[in-house]
Amino acid sequence: MESGIFHSSYEKDMALRHTPIEKARLALVILFLLVFPFVADNYWLNLANTIGVVAIGAIGLNILTGFTGQISLGQGAFLAVGAYTAALMSIHMGAPMWLTIPAGAITTAIIGAIFGIPSLRLKGLYLAIATLAAQEIIIWVITHWDAVTGGVDALNTKNYLWFGDDHHFFTEFQFYWIILALAALVTIASVNIFRTRIGRAFIAIRDQDIAAEVMGINLFKYKMLAFATSSFFVGLAGALIAHWRQIVTWERFTIEVSIFYLAVIIIGGLGSVSGSIYGAIFMVMLPAMLNNLGRALSGVVPGMDAIIPFIQQAVFGVVIILFLIFEPEGINKMWKNIRDYFRLWPFSY
Amino acid sequence: MVHAMQHSLNGSTLKPGEVQLEVQDVKLRFGGVTALAGVSLTVKQSEIIAIIGPNGAGKTSLLNCISGLYRPQEGRITFHNRGEAYELTQLPPHQIAKVGVARSFQNIELFKHMTVLENLLAGCHVHMKTNIFQAALYWGKAQREEIAYRKFVEEIIDLLEIESIRKKTVGTLSYGLQKRVELGRALAMQPAILLLDEPMAGMNTEEKEDMARFILDVNEEHGVTIVLIEHDMGVVMDISDHVVVLDFGRKIGDGTPDEVRKNPRVIEAYLGEEAGSFSLF
Ligand SMILES: Nc1ncnc2c1ncn2[C@@H]1O[C@H](COP(=O)(O)OP(=O)(O)OP(=O)(O)O)[C@@H](O)[C@H]1O
Ligand SMILES: [Mg+2]
Repeated sequence: MESGIFHSSYEKDMALRHTPIEKARLALVILFLLVFPFVADNYWLNLANTIGVVAIGAIGLNILTGFTGQISLGQGAFLAVGAYTAALMSIHMGAPMWLTIPAGAITTAIIGAIFGIPSLRLKGLYLAIATLAAQEIIIWVITHWDAVTGGVDALNTKNYLWFGDDHHFFTEFQFYWIILALAALVTIASVNIFRTRIGRAFIAIRDQDIAAEVMGINLFKYKMLAFATSSFFVGLAGALIAHWRQIVTWERFTIEVSIFYLAVIIIGGLGSVSGSIYGAIFMVMLPAMLNNLGRALSGVVPGMDAIIPFIQQAVFGVVIILFLIFEPEGINKMWKNIRDYFRLWPFSY
Repeated sequence: MVHAMQHSLNGSTLKPGEVQLEVQDVKLRFGGVTALAGVSLTVKQSEIIAIIGPNGAGKTSLLNCISGLYRPQEGRITFHNRGEAYELTQLPPHQIAKVGVARSFQNIELFKHMTVLENLLAGCHVHMKTNIFQAALYWGKAQREEIAYRKFVEEIIDLLEIESIRKKTVGTLSYGLQKRVELGRALAMQPAILLLDEPMAGMNTEEKEDMARFILDVNEEHGVTIVLIEHDMGVVMDISDHVVVLDFGRKIGDGTPDEVRKNPRVIEAYLGEEAGSFSLF
């Protein structure tokens, strides 16, 4: 269908933000993100960087699981593929970061698409088991393919800016900007994808795959594309971890990591880009805050030190369960409710 | 009411009256159950053909064979468009959609978390071209395409009189409106042939009248061929040019509404139905 002229009102209607309040809110967030690193100490910068990396990984997982409905337990292993690709390229080839990070993302996209092939036949729990197999296979390969991956030993990633460069020790402050820039790009790209036919095809597959097929959506192609796109972002997060943490070891990419990320997107909001970010903030901040609280109390209550970790685990679990019971649609939905409440305020009924 | 639409909803290149779809001796079995026992029929461009028959007669199974969801064990289904003859029994469903076959489902199968607009835009999928990289940038071509198709689906929204719900999530809509949106989504495919599986089931009289009007509109204004499964004989006799009757997977009647009404085999089949479930006359 050809159509040259378009109504500018549709363009406005299709914009992401409409009201001055929405625009002001975005401006405030950006301002905060720009000022924050100058007032924060290393502890807070480290937390912010963790949130950024988790947000990128969670957006990736949400594209696959929340938007396309393909549940994945392979998140940890896909992060590992990105991290090991970046680390190995820097160690063996002296490759600079601007090369290793995209390479980590692309490699993971390819591996993710391959492990996505069973999704054509398997759904729901069966697919979960297949991706669990992917998780275990990838970690097994990493720990046993000594000649390439170094096996169970940790790798020390090199941070080069150019080929033949010396290793750079970047501070948390410096990494803040790298992570922020990439997290912003990933957020914008993902939001854009869901404004187009590609994103609609993903959601269509989740909501009603048979109807999607009959509407002309090639299920195989779009499921592979969802796995590849998702894994691209997850691999990007993995490669960032490799350079930021500088130590890469398989123990950081186990099934527990996969489950942690599932919790992030469930709590943040399945099928929501901003929800992935809220989930990342919540799931990184909650244990950190519990930790601080525990430390503050340990001076007051004797014997507290020994039981703090258990209390933390329990509180963590309870919070997740409360979310599942009271707001299964996650923080994103809560935030929407609050916003709608104030939009109508004071006539909020 | 005549709706001035800038875009045609008809994706067929045939002239009215030309043979568009040929179903030849289609046999479909599920284990021991024979759903279709050798069904043949011919659909001509721009006609409204109704497929009727008692519950379990094989009507939905026949549509599923045409749209590629079921693979018949025997028989051929040939579809003519754009100078080609496509053998639908050999094509996967998404290819069948591409060559111009659109449909709605007996039990509404909308994308229920999407808005009405998004559902209709999803129907435009095969005509749109944006790839994943252009999508991520949402710049230039990708944006222009979205706006152009937004304009197109707005025309369908006007046609179906669903302006006020365009931004509603379809899962929250009434049954009757969901059926209407499902018709809209199929129309957004600009189909050469439209298969409607009980588009009026469960509706009240007013909603049925609206739906019949929309179907006639699409057929008369745009020339889209319509294959309609319907249990309401009043509607069937009113709007269809041609009626095919199925019973136990066999075709027992085929002709104009009047011919079918007088066909003794059809009368017998319907008299065999339990009282109250169905009335032909
Ligand atoms: N996927 C399937 N697996 C097994 N049997 C099936 C399947 N689909 C249809 N059938 C059987 O095929 C026969 C025809 O069913 P179909 O749904 O085509 O009937 P119908 O004419 O559409 O009936 P209704 O008016 O109730 O919608 C029935 O006996 C049904 O049980
Ligand atoms: Mg049926």
